[in-house]
Amino acid sequence: MNMMGEEMQPEVTKGAIRIEDVVKIYDPDGAAVMAVDHCSIDIPAGEICMIVGPSGCGKTTLLNAIAGFHDVTSGHIYLDDEMLCGPDNRKAEPGSDRIVVFQNGALFPWKTNLENIAFGPMMEGKLSKSEIYDKARSMMADAGLSGTENSYPGEVSSGLRRRVEIVRALMNDPKVLLFDEPYRALDSLTKSVMHEALLEIYYKNKVTIFFITHDLEEAIFLGHRLIIMSSRPCKPKKIVDVDIPHPRDYSVLTSPRFREIMNEAKGVVHEEAKKAFDAGEKEG
Amino acid sequence: MSLRTFKENLFSKGALRGIAAIVIFVIIWEVGARSEQIFGFRVPFLGLVPPPSSVFVSWGGLIGEPSYWQSWYMSFVRVFTGFIAAVLIGIPLGLFMAVNKTFYGMAFPSFEVLRPIPPLAWVPASIIFWPTQEMSIAFVTFLGAFYTIVINVLGGAKSINKQFLQAAQSMGASQWDIFRRIIFPATLPSIVVGSAVGMGITWEVVVAAEMISGGGSSGGGAGGGLGFFIWASYVGGSYEQIIVGMISIGIAGYFSSELLRQLGGYLTPWLKTR
Amino acid sequence: MSQAEATDLGLKIGQAEVTGMGLTMYRMSSWLKSPRPYLMVIGFAFLLATWYFTVEVWKLPRFQDMPGITEVFSEWFSKDPYYGLSIYTPEYYKHILISLRRIAYAFFLATILGVPLGLFLGWSKTLREYIFPLFEVFRPIPVLAWVPLAIIIFSGSETPVIFLTFLASFFATTLNTMLGVESIDESYSRAAYCLGASRWQTFKHVVVPGAMPYIFTGLQISIGVAWFSLVAGEMVSGQYGLGYLINTSYMMIEYPKIIIGMITLGVIGYSTSALVRLAGDYMMQWRVRELALGDN
Repeated sequence: MNMMGEEMQPEVTKGAIRIEDVVKIYDPDGAAVMAVDHCSIDIPAGEICMIVGPSGCGKTTLLNAIAGFHDVTSGHIYLDDEMLCGPDNRKAEPGSDRIVVFQNGALFPWKTNLENIAFGPMMEGKLSKSEIYDKARSMMADAGLSGTENSYPGEVSSGLRRRVEIVRALMNDPKVLLFDEPYRALDSLTKSVMHEALLEIYYKNKVTIFFITHDLEEAIFLGHRLIIMSSRPCKPKKIVDVDIPHPRDYSVLTSPRFREIMNEAKGVVHEEAKKAFDAGEKEG
Repeated sequence: MSLRTFKENLFSKGALRGIAAIVIFVIIWEVGARSEQIFGFRVPFLGLVPPPSSVFVSWGGLIGEPSYWQSWYMSFVRVFTGFIAAVLIGIPLGLFMAVNKTFYGMAFPSFEVLRPIPPLAWVPASIIFWPTQEMSIAFVTFLGAFYTIVINVLGGAKSINKQFLQAAQSMGASQWDIFRRIIFPATLPSIVVGSAVGMGITWEVVVAAEMISGGGSSGGGAGGGLGFFIWASYVGGSYEQIIVGMISIGIAGYFSSELLRQLGGYLTPWLKTR
Repeated sequence: MSQAEATDLGLKIGQAEVTGMGLTMYRMSSWLKSPRPYLMVIGFAFLLATWYFTVEVWKLPRFQDMPGITEVFSEWFSKDPYYGLSIYTPEYYKHILISLRRIAYAFFLATILGVPLGLFLGWSKTLREYIFPLFEVFRPIPVLAWVPLAIIIFSGSETPVIFLTFLASFFATTLNTMLGVESIDESYSRAAYCLGASRWQTFKHVVVPGAMPYIFTGLQISIGVAWFSLVAGEMVSGQYGLGYLINTSYMMIEYPKIIIGMITLGVIGYSTSALVRLAGDYMMQWRVRELALGDN
């Protein structure tokens, strides 16, 4: 937890997430399924925390609980010192302090990139339209998105769409970004470009990042810390600190330390993946 | 297990809400229809409709009458004659258009030009052309289902994943094999959908055709089918029977579609998700 | 890389903006180079030749009672029509206008009632649980079975016909709109909530535009079934209109007028549905541009 390294600026004081003993049981038709089992995770402000686990292990359930898309069966989730959900309110309220970047992307196809980015502040209605659009344009320029303002998301490449989506989230000055396997559908070459771009954005706007993935390379490259989850029910199984200093670039991928961490994590991840696969076989 | 889920479904909140809405609707209808007796004045629109209770009584009286069932039978025969003709001609035509580019190029524009003409506009021309009234009704019914089936089959066959065809070719399948084992089964779901929609249209057309043509002259009133049953009830002033007829057609149409859906499910078992 | 991507994109946008004229011209010329237009002409020629030869040349049994192609077209374009109906008689336009007016009333009413109802049914589960079963009870009853009841409830001959047409449109519009709302990916509304949108804002910015493609599919179906029901309604009751024209021409044994009525119906019906499609394209620019790119 203190592994954020000395390059972490001290100014990031907001956005610490504390997950305490969270349990989530789905009860679709009498047959209770435990998705999350007494899970506790502590994420300090400004950390990139990678949640690694096989598909369908319940990682997304955890993310949805933080985002406020559904309730938890028991346990607490805090953002800084504010209780998002606890015994009194099982479901957190979705809010612009925690913004989700979705698996398949959720840019509104019927709004231009600029309108998408301006969406949050427009809904809030505090600033005038021209102020919002000016801010949106300058943020787009910072992220290398100039020239695509008036295109619709469907007209630009998928890598670009992801970047627009992250800028859309950052427009609201969130404390936390919640990534739900956002690069899953991208090919590995585009992915590596997206990773560098994400880090670049992160260095400019420090926020806490809760990042779900099943790609170990992605997890080690981006994260300060890996939390490897056990498959169904989901709970932390092993925590791996990535002590490679930030800022990082792609040369990290070939460094010996990267290999070492990879070796350390690989065994655990593979074991969980196999367990999840066998469980799936049984169900089928 | 299935009984339990059935019970749970029946008494779930959602189902109860639906039942409540239907009950409330029937009560409003009853009160509205009897408004003249209850309040002394007639509610607009609903006041002119017979109340559900007397519709029910009138239905009870009809159930023993063979002529009422004769109407059911007549309509069913017409619906299925037209429908089966549409299936037998529409499916091969749609498939052939999908696999043969030249034929598609020649036939499809003409097909599209004829399609916007509503089937019922064909009624007089059909009566002139076909020697018997029964055949002319069957023809119009056929048209109703035909367009939908062809369009669906064509769309389904054209949207087959090309890789299926390539996979079959690489495994040495002949043209005929590809048609029989890839194109036809891959189009089956669209065939089922097209037929289900076509069945709905068929009932619409039969009812209208029976009303317009006075319900088949042959056997007098009894031979006229449900559409004619409604029309005759209207002309004869027995308004309860109009509604009995409407409900009967609704039930008949519902069961025809359900039959087709069941058959479709049986023909395309791979669409079932676990 | 990001720079390169951006330039690449600039080009794409440039293309999309030329789209209007350039793309149409390009498509036109490649269409003319393909065999399609010639096959189409062959198809039409075959259709018309069949009509001509079976009825007027060979006089096949059954076919000889039908009006022939020359008879129909000489009547249709005659300044002094034998049966009193051609493009030069005001009577012809009166039929067209009256049918169009009925369609306009019914379609307009069905749209302003059906779209909001469909949106709310799709959006609120509670409302759907109350209303939808009622909807399902009415739906299997063919619209045309309502004819006598409509005549009883609404006085006169005009309102029943409009009511029937409305009813058919209304079901199609409402149902498709509801399906449209249900088809919206949940992550869109979640994203909106995340970004601080209220429930109402989400409805306005996500549900309505998200359902738009389905709404327009629904309207396309709606205008089709409207014509279907209108023709039936006009044939059974009502005065004037193309359905009425077809039916009375049959009774008066003025057969060429039947065919004129049918072709006119086809042309007008097609035009109205093209109009709905154009309106849809106009309101869904994002979709048009996505599809234009997909084509290249």
